[in-house]
Amino acid sequence: MNDIISFISAHLPAFVVAVPLLGAFLTPLVSRIGDKSRNIFAIIITGLTSIFALLLANDVFTNGIRTYVFGGDYATGQTMVRILFEIDAMNAFMLIIAAILPFAAIVYSWGFMKEQTGLDKYYTLILLMTAGMLGMMMTGDMFNFFVFLEITSIASAALIAFWTNKGNAVAAAFKYIVISSIGALFVLFAIALYYGQYNALNMAVIADSIPVEMGFVDKIALVLLLAALAMKAAIAPMHMWLADAYGRAPSSVTVVLIGTTLASLYAGFRVIFTIHGNQLEQALNSWTIFGYEFSISLANMVGILLVALAVLSIFIGVFMALKQVDLKKMIAYTAVAEIGYMLLAVGAAIAVMGGDLEATAGYTALKGGIFHILNDALDIGLLFLVAGAVYYTAKQTSINKLGGLARNMKYTTVFFLIGLFAVSGLPPMNGFASKLMIYESTFQINPILSIVAILCSILLLAVFVKVFYSVFLGPKLPKFATAKEVPISMLIAMGIIACIIIFIGLFPDIVLQNVVTPAANALNDASSYIAAITGGI
Amino acid sequence: MALAEFFNSLINSLDTGSGFWNPLVWGFALLIVFLVIYILRGAGKTSYKKGTEQTKPFLSGNPETSKESMHVKGENVYWGFVKSMKFIYDRFEKMHNGNVSDYILWFVIIMGIFFLVLGVI
Repeated sequence: MNDIISFISAHLPAFVVAVPLLGAFLTPLVSRIGDKSRNIFAIIITGLTSIFALLLANDVFTNGIRTYVFGGDYATGQTMVRILFEIDAMNAFMLIIAAILPFAAIVYSWGFMKEQTGLDKYYTLILLMTAGMLGMMMTGDMFNFFVFLEITSIASAALIAFWTNKGNAVAAAFKYIVISSIGALFVLFAIALYYGQYNALNMAVIADSIPVEMGFVDKIALVLLLAALAMKAAIAPMHMWLADAYGRAPSSVTVVLIGTTLASLYAGFRVIFTIHGNQLEQALNSWTIFGYEFSISLANMVGILLVALAVLSIFIGVFMALKQVDLKKMIAYTAVAEIGYMLLAVGAAIAVMGGDLEATAGYTALKGGIFHILNDALDIGLLFLVAGAVYYTAKQTSINKLGGLARNMKYTTVFFLIGLFAVSGLPPMNGFASKLMIYESTFQINPILSIVAILCSILLLAVFVKVFYSVFLGPKLPKFATAKEVPISMLIAMGIIACIIIFIGLFPDIVLQNVVTPAANALNDASSYIAAITGGI
Repeated sequence: MALAEFFNSLINSLDTGSGFWNPLVWGFALLIVFLVIYILRGAGKTSYKKGTEQTKPFLSGNPETSKESMHVKGENVYWGFVKSMKFIYDRFEKMHNGNVSDYILWFVIIMGIFFLVLGVI
């Protein structure tokens, strides 16, 4: 027994990706036995994946960075030609998100998708998407990242178009695959530039090889990666695909899509903090004006750019959400605004980077931004599941045609209220804790940023008060007189996420100390990430 | 010892940089506020009679229309705000035209700005 446990423990990084990947290809075979067997099989596979991911995250938080080499033994300092997973506390943090969302989505699907056909393909694709997302979060190899990005994109596009009888879903999938392919091509181009320059694909080796004074090609590679990953992370004004994709995909798919979007955001942070971490504090250029010398560092420039895009994302996301009449599209625009909050905090942290980050408000901003990644995944995820529940019962998501559903769907209404409080940053939910950190830290960096963030958060509350009133309150409409609460599997999935939201909301310091702070430290400490592969810098 | 540490960590406040946040303290304060509200409510009039004329909606003397038509549609909520912000929404709607070529154009524009700022400047 001990041998089995130690074997699993030694190969956890491989299992985390291999289990959903193998499960995906076995699903069509299991479907032959029966629908119930297939559903149980998918739940077991995602459950196992979640357990492995959480065990791996716990191991990393306890024992530090974990590396795993495919295709042979690895000794420090050896030429990095093999595919390599490197998991530090930041990766482990992302694994927690990836452990929760697909499991909730699969449990939810049991009831939500039961009337649909072609579910063997559905489960296969959702497991493939999960494997790709986990791979993106764990790999330490640039080309391997591209491969996982493509797996995720193709599976996601097919799932967005799953309801093929609805033309809009197919159009949304087409837009998604165009955007994803172009983004992935630019990522591949950047990888080729790094490979041409440094003869390496490993992230740590590339980071170690880039000189402190970046060359022109390094700058081009950085620009290509940042722009492509920003588009994949739906940062405004490159966010339009998200409203289409999130709005048209089945709700269970949207929940996993949130994870893949956040995986792209994580990759962007990895590029800035780790691959180009050594160059961040170097002066990009300096000017002498009236005898005074001004210089600006890469960190200042990247930080300012990210903050500008973040403010735009928050602004556009909130304003567009306020005008939507489709419930899912409204939540999708809210997701754009929420990504803006994360980017605002991390961008502000990068902008003030220099010297000892931990002594500045930038450190709190960084922690707040990372904390908000987890909170956003849960809050927006829960709201999409509620939107799916509304669609399941009412067969529509237009808020003009809905009303009075709280009388028929009591549990769903409670879950919506939890999601509403959380995403609007109302106490005592999780969103409040991370947003408070973002407000306070950005206020110290630039009060205007904090004011914009707070005002837009108030508008977010207004958006969901409107939804709550339009969809759940009001008299019982005759057309929904016979509407019933959703099946138990959907309630369980929403309940799992709601319980985690409440736990984080009530005990935010536990999550901050044990999960978020190690992740922020890991992201800020490129040298440890590099040293784990190269044996010291 | 470990259990004691765990319970201690449960009641720890979240350090937000220049302040702190403790949901349990907030919850306790909220409980006191609700208690005060409950006491004040108890001092109110008790003339409410369920199922009588006084519980029917009063619509300025107009007859009550069907339930479906009485419910304010979601689109009409915040109508004034949306109307007053029309100049912003007009621009945003032009951006969100559903044309994937335009989506790519925004990507090219942002990449161009990144290139100018990081690569050239």
